[in-house]
Amino acid sequence: MSIFIDEKTPVLVQGITGRIGSFHAKEMIDYGTNVVAGVTPGKGGMTHLGKPVFNTVQEAVEATGAEASIVFVPPAYAGDGIMEAAESGIKYCVSITDGIPTHDMIRVKRYINSAKPEERMILTGPNCAGTISPGRAMMGIMPGHIYMQGKVGLIGRSGTLGYEAASQMKELGIGISTAVGIGGDPINGSSFVEILKHFESDDETQAVLIIGEIGGPQEAEAAEYFQKNMKKPMAAYIAGLTAPTGRQMGHAGAIVNSSGESAADKVEILKDAGIMVSPTPSDMGSTVKKLLKGM
Amino acid sequence: MDIEKVAEETPEKIAKIVIDPAVGMQAFQSRQLAFTLDLPNEAVGVASRAVMKCYRAFRDTDANLLEINPLVLTSDNRILAIDAKMTFDTNALYRRPEIFEFRDKTQEDPRETIAAEHDLSYIGLDGNIGCIINGAGLAMATMDMIQHAGGEPANFLDIGGGASSERVATSIELVLSDKNVEAILINIFAGINRCDWVAQGIVDLLNKRDINVPLVVRLSGTNVEKGQKILKDSGKKVITAETLADAAHKVVDAWKSNR
Repeated sequence: MSIFIDEKTPVLVQGITGRIGSFHAKEMIDYGTNVVAGVTPGKGGMTHLGKPVFNTVQEAVEATGAEASIVFVPPAYAGDGIMEAAESGIKYCVSITDGIPTHDMIRVKRYINSAKPEERMILTGPNCAGTISPGRAMMGIMPGHIYMQGKVGLIGRSGTLGYEAASQMKELGIGISTAVGIGGDPINGSSFVEILKHFESDDETQAVLIIGEIGGPQEAEAAEYFQKNMKKPMAAYIAGLTAPTGRQMGHAGAIVNSSGESAADKVEILKDAGIMVSPTPSDMGSTVKKLLKGM
Repeated sequence: MDIEKVAEETPEKIAKIVIDPAVGMQAFQSRQLAFTLDLPNEAVGVASRAVMKCYRAFRDTDANLLEINPLVLTSDNRILAIDAKMTFDTNALYRRPEIFEFRDKTQEDPRETIAAEHDLSYIGLDGNIGCIINGAGLAMATMDMIQHAGGEPANFLDIGGGASSERVATSIELVLSDKNVEAILINIFAGINRCDWVAQGIVDLLNKRDINVPLVVRLSGTNVEKGQKILKDSGKKVITAETLADAAHKVVDAWKSNR
């Protein structure tokens, strides 16, 4: 099994008629993703890319049984779109949008978490490249062909650095069960730990690679979770050894504010927990290979 | 007071309350904080109102940080803010025009101002190797790789997704405006981007002006063959690289031999 999505998962595209939503919805369909419908308020009733378009997520879910949704909505309205998905019974949601105000995300998380744990929608992103289960389904903006199907779970805060890892792994003949982008924002739907839980209980995934960067406590939390709860081996790479303190490095969440948030601190914490750390970004693939050999 | 030091050495001395974003800060919470400070009863009301007003200011301006330090108690029980610092969420400035007006371009690195005008994310650093990369994580990783190869990055520059030929040309001009730059590395892993757009941007710029520093280009992902062909057919002096490690070593070698 992969996690979150496979070839059967019925997927909805929020913002399907927009320029960006339309382009990537087509790529997703071409990849083999089971896109069942789109949502654009005011355009309900039309057909786009051969799929029915609805005014609301609720109508789309009722008519098509969609279980997952990818949100291509401009930053000012994206939080609203995510909450609409949560309210309408979507189980897994990917938010691609970069630039959602932090205070909006605070409300979005509070809203999602007000549901009972067993009914709660899982959100990954925003500000991410999406999720792909290679050879099965893609909910995102990544170039699908650089991912090979296999048994390593991949989680990353950065989109393009995730591509770099996937292509290094493919080059070495290492495949991926599912690659999940959790995004570069300070407040994201899911952290490393939440995705690690899914990989740990996924039969197909044998090992995990996480790609972190400067800023925030997520990597340290992942290290603690790994030490206490994981049987599967894990490798990691942390970007930003050369990043200066106190400056925001592109991603809104990539800023060293306090101790434990620099790349060097994080590398130390991960190593102490027994996680194999790739010394440079060009060794991500070979580090995973070493990890798999030791199993 | 050095609050970072307090957090590190005596974290138990920091009083914390958790605010539910659905209902906001409640009066009892601000009172709780005021009483924790062991203030005389006469000052508790003022302090608690100050805390509540800080919360409202934080919320209503889309702030990332609001810090009053030092906050003092006078001998006649008044509470005074002696200094304060606020930072704001740039993603929310579209709905906070009153905050946006405070922006003072004279206080910014002029290169960063030009970058912001072109929607590029740029941070000036002290090294000699200019960097142009798509994606913040890959940009940081490439800078790390340059250092690993024996060089120092001159800047962080994320050109983002949908990089047109013009954006690439603007980026090269921007990086070259830093007089410390003695070599340039362009590293693109195209997902939304197209390698041929990037290559065309490089060639267009080289047709317009000469660059007297070595230029290393690594293209990967969508339309990589087309991009490489454009660079090759142009006959321009561009050093191409296959992988991230290859690119970092080539740019450091070129920089050293060109000094």
